[in-house]
This record gives sequence, C-alpha cells and structure tokens, in this order.
Amino acid sequence: MSLLKEPDYGTPPKPGPAVVDVEIDGLPVTVAEGTSVMRAAALAGVDIPKLCATDRLDAFGSCRLCVVEIDGRRGTPASCTTPVAPGMSVRTQTPKVAKLRQGVMELYISDHPLDCLTCSANGDCELQDMAGAVGLRQVRYGYQGQNHLDATADRSNPYFDFEPSKCIACSRCVRACGEIQGTFALTIEGRGFDSKVSAGAGESFMDSECVSCGACVQACPTATLQEKTVLQLGMPTRSVVTTCAYCGVGCSFKAELRGTELVRMVPHKDGGANEGHSCVKGRFAFGYATHPDRRLKPMVRERITDEWREVSWEEAIGTVARRMREIQAAHGPDAIGAISSSRCTNEEVFVVQKMVRAAFGNNNVDTCARVCHSPTGYGLKQTFGESAGTQDFRSVAAADVIVVIGANPTDGHPVFASRMKKRLREGARLIVIDPRRIDLVRSPHIEAAHHLQLRPGTNVAVVNALAHVAVTEGLVDKGFVADRCEGFAEWAAFIARPEHSPEAVEGITGVPADELRAAARLYAGAPNGAIYYGLGVTEHSQGSTMVMGMANLAMACGNLGRDGVGVNPLRGQNNVQGSCDMGSFPHELPGYRHVSDDAVRTVFEKLWDRPILADPGLRIPNMFDAAVAGSFRGLFVHGEDIAQSDPNLQHVTAALTAMDLVVVQDLFLNETAKFAHVFLPGASFLEKDGTFTNAERRINRVRAVMKPKSGKHEWQIVCEIATAMGYPMSYTHPSEIMDEIASVTPTFTGVSFELLDKLGSVQWPCNPQAPEGTPVMHVDEFTRGKGKFVVTAYVPTDERSTRKFPLILTTGRILSQYNVGAQTRRTENVAWHREDILELHPHDAEVRGITDGDTVRLASRVGQTTLRAHISDRMPTGVVYTTFHHPVTGANVVTTENSDWATNCPEYKVTAVQVGLAI
Amino acid sequence: MSHVISEQRMANQIAANQRHLPEADAVAAVAGHIDRFWNSFLRSRLYALVDAGAAGLDPVVVKAVERIRT
Ligand code: SF4
Ligand code: SF4
Ligand code: SF4
Ligand code: FES
Repeated sequence: MSLLKEPDYGTPPKPGPAVVDVEIDGLPVTVAEGTSVMRAAALAGVDIPKLCATDRLDAFGSCRLCVVEIDGRRGTPASCTTPVAPGMSVRTQTPKVAKLRQGVMELYISDHPLDCLTCSANGDCELQDMAGAVGLRQVRYGYQGQNHLDATADRSNPYFDFEPSKCIACSRCVRACGEIQGTFALTIEGRGFDSKVSAGAGESFMDSECVSCGACVQACPTATLQEKTVLQLGMPTRSVVTTCAYCGVGCSFKAELRGTELVRMVPHKDGGANEGHSCVKGRFAFGYATHPDRRLKPMVRERITDEWREVSWEEAIGTVARRMREIQAAHGPDAIGAISSSRCTNEEVFVVQKMVRAAFGNNNVDTCARVCHSPTGYGLKQTFGESAGTQDFRSVAAADVIVVIGANPTDGHPVFASRMKKRLREGARLIVIDPRRIDLVRSPHIEAAHHLQLRPGTNVAVVNALAHVAVTEGLVDKGFVADRCEGFAEWAAFIARPEHSPEAVEGITGVPADELRAAARLYAGAPNGAIYYGLGVTEHSQGSTMVMGMANLAMACGNLGRDGVGVNPLRGQNNVQGSCDMGSFPHELPGYRHVSDDAVRTVFEKLWDRPILADPGLRIPNMFDAAVAGSFRGLFVHGEDIAQSDPNLQHVTAALTAMDLVVVQDLFLNETAKFAHVFLPGASFLEKDGTFTNAERRINRVRAVMKPKSGKHEWQIVCEIATAMGYPMSYTHPSEIMDEIASVTPTFTGVSFELLDKLGSVQWPCNPQAPEGTPVMHVDEFTRGKGKFVVTAYVPTDERSTRKFPLILTTGRILSQYNVGAQTRRTENVAWHREDILELHPHDAEVRGITDGDTVRLASRVGQTTLRAHISDRMPTGVVYTTFHHPVTGANVVTTENSDWATNCPEYKVTAVQVGLAI
Repeated sequence: MSHVISEQRMANQIAANQRHLPEADAVAAVAGHIDRFWNSFLRSRLYALVDAGAAGLDPVVVKAVERIRT
C-alpha cells in the first residue's frame, strides 16, 4: 500500500440527517444542519485552501485562507466558521478570494524559512501545499523585517522536536492538546506578530505537563512539531494499517515505512477505538520491536544452570514435543499444560488452547488474564450472561454521570480517558471510587463531584451501600427491573438491611456516609449513568463479588442496554478480551462455554477428531501448586513473564524450578526464561498477522509490517509442536484459523478477515442476527434472558494490617510504562519512569523518619524489596502505593497468595506491609 | 503461610462468600462452584484433607465435599 492519507474535511461532522441543500461552485450537496461551508465543499469534492482548520478540531477561524464568496451575502466569510444555510450558493474560486489568499500566504511565507527542499516535512507540509494551491509566485516582504527565523528549537522530548522558526501560529497544536488529548499543556503566548506556541510558562516540552501523546505533532500542518524519526529517516512512503499491541483500548495505527524501515506510527482516523488519537506508548514506543536484546534463534539447554545453545527450529520443536510426551508417559497425561498470553493474537491463543486440548489431551491451559480480569468474566456472565463489557467506547459521549472505580484511565487507558475527559468537560458529572487520588479527580477543567476514598479491600461494602441508598430512597428504575431482571425482591431485601447503610459501613470503608449517599443519588438519578472499572475492582479477594455488585447497581438503576450507560471493564493488556474469548481458561472452550457441556464438547470433538476432557484443567496458581507437589512437570509459556508478573514470586520460582520442562516463547530472555529449558523466539506485533479484541469487544486486524525476524509465525510454531507430538495442525494463513473460530463459536460466526478488511473492525457478537457486530449489548434483553440480581455479601479479606505490617500496599501502573515493562523499558519511555517508586503519605513518612527520595525497605509477610520513596498526599494515611514495571524492584516479591474466591485472580491490591528506611 | 493447604484456604474462602445463605443453600453453592471450576487434582487434595479429619475446614465445605462425592 502507498502512503495512506485520510481525507481532511476541515471541520468535524455534525450529527443528524443530511437535510440542508447547498451549491458549491455549482455542485449540489446535501449536508447535516450546522455543517460548515468548508466541510460541505469537501463533501462536494471541492477543497478550499485552509491552514488553521482540520476536521479533528473545532473551527477556529484564524488564518483567513479559507475565505469564500456567498451569493447574496456581503464580504468574504471564512468557510470553516460559516455554517451552511438552505439554498446557499458558494463560490470558492473568485478573483477576489484568490487575491486575499495570496496576500495571506505571502505574509506567512515571509516569516518562514525557505528551506522546503531540505525540510523534513517536504512533501507532507500543508503550508507548502497551500502555497501551491493559492498560486503563490512571489513574496514581496523580504526577511529584512522582524521575524522568528532564529528562534531556538526545543528537542527535549525523546520522540519529537519543536522547531519554532517554522511555526505559523495556527494554534492547531494548542487546540489538539486541549480538545483531543485534554491535557492543555500548550498555550499561545503573546499577541499578533509576537504570538508563539509555548509548553507552559517558558518550559520545555519535557518539563511541561505534556504527556507526549503526539496529538499536537499530528495536528501541526508544518514541520514545527515533527517526529525525530522522520528527521532521521526521512518521510515515509507507504503505510500498513494495524493495531497497537500495548493496552486494551486497541488503537488503530498506520505503520508508516520507508522501504522496509518503520519510520513512525500514526494513529488512524478510521480506527473505531481511537478515531485518530493515540498515547505515548502506541505512538512512539515501538523501538523495543527491533531492540538488540531480542533473541531471534531457538535455544535449548538440559538444565537451567547450563548455558543456552542455539539450535535449529527443527531441533527446538522436536525437543519440546519429545520431552512433553516423555513427561506424559512417566507422570500421566495431566502432567503438562500451557499458559497463553493476552498479548498474542486471537489466532495464536486459539491454536495454543487447541494444542492443549487436542494434542496434550487435557484442559491445562490458562491465561495471564487470570491475574487481571478473570472476575470480570465470572461476574458479568453470572449477572448478564456474557463475559464482556456492555458498551463501545463511543458510548461515553452520551453519559451524564460517569463512575470510575478502581481504574486510572489517564495512565492505564489514555486514549479512552481522552474521550471520557471530553465528555466531562462538556458537563457530565464524575464519581471516582479509589483509595488514591488519581489525576482524573482534579485535572484541567475537570473536577470530580465525589471522590470516595475508600480503604483498599472494601469495594463490596461501598457498592452495597450505594445500592442500599438506591433501594431505600426509592431511586430504583422499577419498570426496567420488572421487565428485564429477575431475583430483585430477594436482593433488595438483602441490600436494604440496615447493616448495608452508608452510616453502618463508614467505619469499615472510611467513606463519609453523607458523601456516599450523595454519590449514590447522583448516579441513580442520572438519565444515563455509566460505570467504568479496572484492576482496582478485580484484583481483590472479592473481585468477582464486586463485579456482580456493580452489575446489580446498574440494573437497579436501569443503566443498561443503550448508549451512555453500562458496566465496562477497562482491560489491561491489548488482547485480554480476545484471549478469554478464545477459550484460554481451563474450564471454558472458545466462546465461554463450559467444558462439562456435552453438546459443546461434541462440536469440538468432531472438528478436532480428539476426545475433550469434561474436567476443568489447572489454573495458573494450581499449576504452581501441582508443580511443587511434583505432579505437574511440563509447561509451555506463551509470551508471558510469569516469574515477574505473578504474585508471591518465591512460590512461582519454586514451582518453575521443580519442573522438568519449561518452554518460553517470548521476544526477550525474560525472567521466566531463567527457569526455561527451551527458548522459542517470538514475533513482535509488527511481525504478526491476525486480530486483537479490545475492551469494547472490537476485533481489530493486526497486519504484518515486516516478516517475522525469527523466520516463523508464532501460530505456526505452536502448530508444529502439536504436529510433532502426533496431532497434525496446520494452516496456510491466520485467516483460516479465524474461519475455524467462526465455525465453532456462536458469537463469532460472522467474523472473517474479509469482513474485517471491509468494515475496518467489528464488535462481537457478530453473527446472522448482528452481521455488522454489536456496539452496545443487552439492548432488548440480556444475553441470559433476564438480568440476574446476585446477593453480594461483603467478606473482608484475610489480608489485614497488623502491628508488624501496619500499612496496606496497593499497586498500579503509570502512563509511560506497560505492565512488567519488558517492552517500554526498552524504549525512550524510560525518560519518564526510570524506576518504581513507593508513594506514601506525609504522616506515614514522618513517623518513620522518611523523606522524599529516600531509599526504603518494603516488607510483607512473604518478602521484601527496596525502592525509592515519594511523599505524596494522593494516598490516605495507612496506604502506600507502587507500580510494578521494573524487575529490579520486584514489587510482586511482596504480594501474597491471596486471591479472588471465585476465580483465583490474585489480590494485588491489598497487601499488609511495613516500610522503613533501608540501611 | 503455607501452600500445602491452599485448597483449604480456597475452599474456606468460597464458603465464606456463601455464608449469607441458609446452610443448605450454602452447601449447594459451594459444591456447585467446586464441581464446576476445580480441577480433579485440587478436588482430590481437598478430599484428602476431609479424610484426614477436616481440621481447619469450614463445616460447609465438609458437607459440600460429601455432596460432590456422592
Ligand atoms: S504531545 Fe500531547 S500532551 Fe504533549 S503537548 Fe502535544 S498534544 Fe499536548
Ligand atoms: S507548532 Fe504547528 S500546529 Fe502549533 S501553532 Fe505552530 S504551526 Fe500551528
Ligand atoms: S491507548 Fe493503549 S492501545 Fe492506544 S496507543 Fe495507547 S497503549 Fe496503544
Ligand atoms: S482554515 Fe478557515 S480560517 Fe483558517
């Protein structure tokens, strides 16, 4: 594909049907009310010259290049700020406007360096294009006058430069930072000729509030804001549309290449999840994909103390197959299993679970989604009948009250956060339920109506109290409940009990009762109330209960089944949703169907020609227990670093050491590979061909930008292992794997690569009932028929602060890094986050004699680590916080074996700890 | 802290989360959950704990195990 340039209609679309008829240069066009003349013209196929306008931003009307004449009107209005009127007749090319435009361009060019031929943006510069478009032939004003040509460049950002001499003060960057990203880092300082773009009060980009999302770079019509890679490598010449492999937002990108070299990743305007926006990770942090630390050859060793030996693919695959079978022969068919990855494509995950079920002959497959969102699957299935979030991301634009529970979207899901912030700036109210004062609580032009700063581990008590207020104050949507739900009476009787009142639980949760009541009234009384939640909900001993508690609350208030409402998980890794959909849990076949269901098993047994066990397999923590006990001895770990990301690392390492065969497939020799006997080099997302499914159930295509550097596709390697074990598996293309998925999964029957290429993306369920997918679920009825109210009793966690461990540790993530950081640490993103930091309250610091920046010892009953302290009042007293991006810190060295009662999702969010100065 | 008895911890936790129910219902819920989600390796270790005297096991778990085994 050549370089893909999406059309720019100049101003954003207006909602509503096309009803206004106008004529542009004699061409008729019908557009929605409120549409600008500029956009109407573009739709009619007439491009009006423009500089300050772009269709991602509201019209601004500053450059005056877009002037037109309108019959019956005086003057030359700017077409970007003039809305159409019925019967309007517009002329875009007249001697009068041509002269005006030339005058405008002349002024711009007279203060612009004339180094077009050597400029990095040559060929991709709107100023250059416009000079041509308006027919500029001469510049009467020389450089003698005042100009900005020697303004100094700001190269502080690791990914893009700011070259003010080229700036035309169109303020597109300033508006992009505000309107799209919502950070408001940039301003135009000064007036008239003196006006210039500035990142905060004379600060550099790096010292400013800038989060390096790239929206300004994208919006800049000149080379003023330019990616460093373009400066180094030159303008790209072709594009491949693909999907970001970092987080569950699933942004679409154009990978732009020059020859075979990847120059930059540019967010794709047609991307359903991101609609042209991005964050620093997807936009810039792709350098890891070609990092020299990558291992490209398969390696084998007898013992984990031996040196690695590079071998051929044949030998590596043969070794895995032979030793897996030997283990089964000696210790039984259940002695081996696999862990699949939520970073891999749907197709890769599908073949891994197929290998386990058909070739290994057991159900010992689990996914790292276990450690993040398994309670979501369980809780939403119990209540609504489907293990997935209810809405598309767009839906937030219709929410009146937004509840954010245990999630930090500005850091964890930045592109979705930008959508949410936009809605909040438009006036939607915000309730934050989190022990930590996340950025969203108070950010530019946003202030939460309520921040319920609960004690970690008391989520269920809080959600029950919210529901108590709704039920006892008559705020229930009786019509919705009567028509669409079951189990209400029993649940309402339970929740109305006095022990669930905000006053009764205040002592447990630490949330003032009147604040909680006010928040409940706000949510329950809203026309549209939407709940968004993250790992702060799931990674608890009652994670599943909390998911059901939120579902109860949403049903009671009638907040389901339309735009602007819903219960929505913000997924961590890019393909958490997809890897769960694909049958990676030991008790579920693809499509969340239990292995004990004979009819479902029969479908797969017929297709795969192997019996499938009705007994659920081992979950990840059970695999470790069984390994320590000696009955589980061979493990295939696909693209995950369990020796870093799983809780209670001592136990994990003991389990890994006890096994006869650990196979690791990854880009890097990660921590888990230290315990491996076979290392299989993986492919980066730039080398993959397949699909990812994001948090809104959107299936996006991942397209290969380059050939796999290891010489093999990951799905191919898995198939070859299965084949070498005596169960032939082969596909010529990943689209065939998707076809197989579609043939056995009712929610996927309509999905194919062909459809995805045609529509761009599709949200499952996609089947004959919904041939183009399902943006909002449970519209007329719930997947399970009636929505089910489930009684959610609060059970305190066993993990409690004690005299020895008086503080509670909770964990999270930050914007620039990603999970265990294997990728982001290998990019310039380290400029923002060099190490994990322990945040603690000034009071807790003072009594321990800790000052900001001190190195401290963090200890729990299972282990200890050291890290640097940051004093912050974001946390309440008694609670400390850290991230888990760097292996040296090993924050999971201290987290415990406690887990969600229903799914064993680890309780990362509550660990009793002590903190002291390291000596 | 011991991993040898993680089945005990997990089973007791499931029972604790059903404690709001009348005992018979709690037993049924715990039995149903273990039957549906637990692997045979875990179940057999839990049965062994029951057979060894059920020390430290929630009585609801013990009854649930009886029900699954019959
Ligand atoms: S990169 Fe993003 S946050 Fe930084 S100034 Fe540009 S738009 Fe604003
Ligand atoms: S930096 Fe670019 S987008 Fe910003 S005002 Fe200057 S020319 Fe316009
Ligand atoms: S928000 Fe997530 S999917 Fe989008 S660019 Fe950032 S990391 Fe990638
Ligand atoms: S594009 Fe209309 S005024 Fe600049």
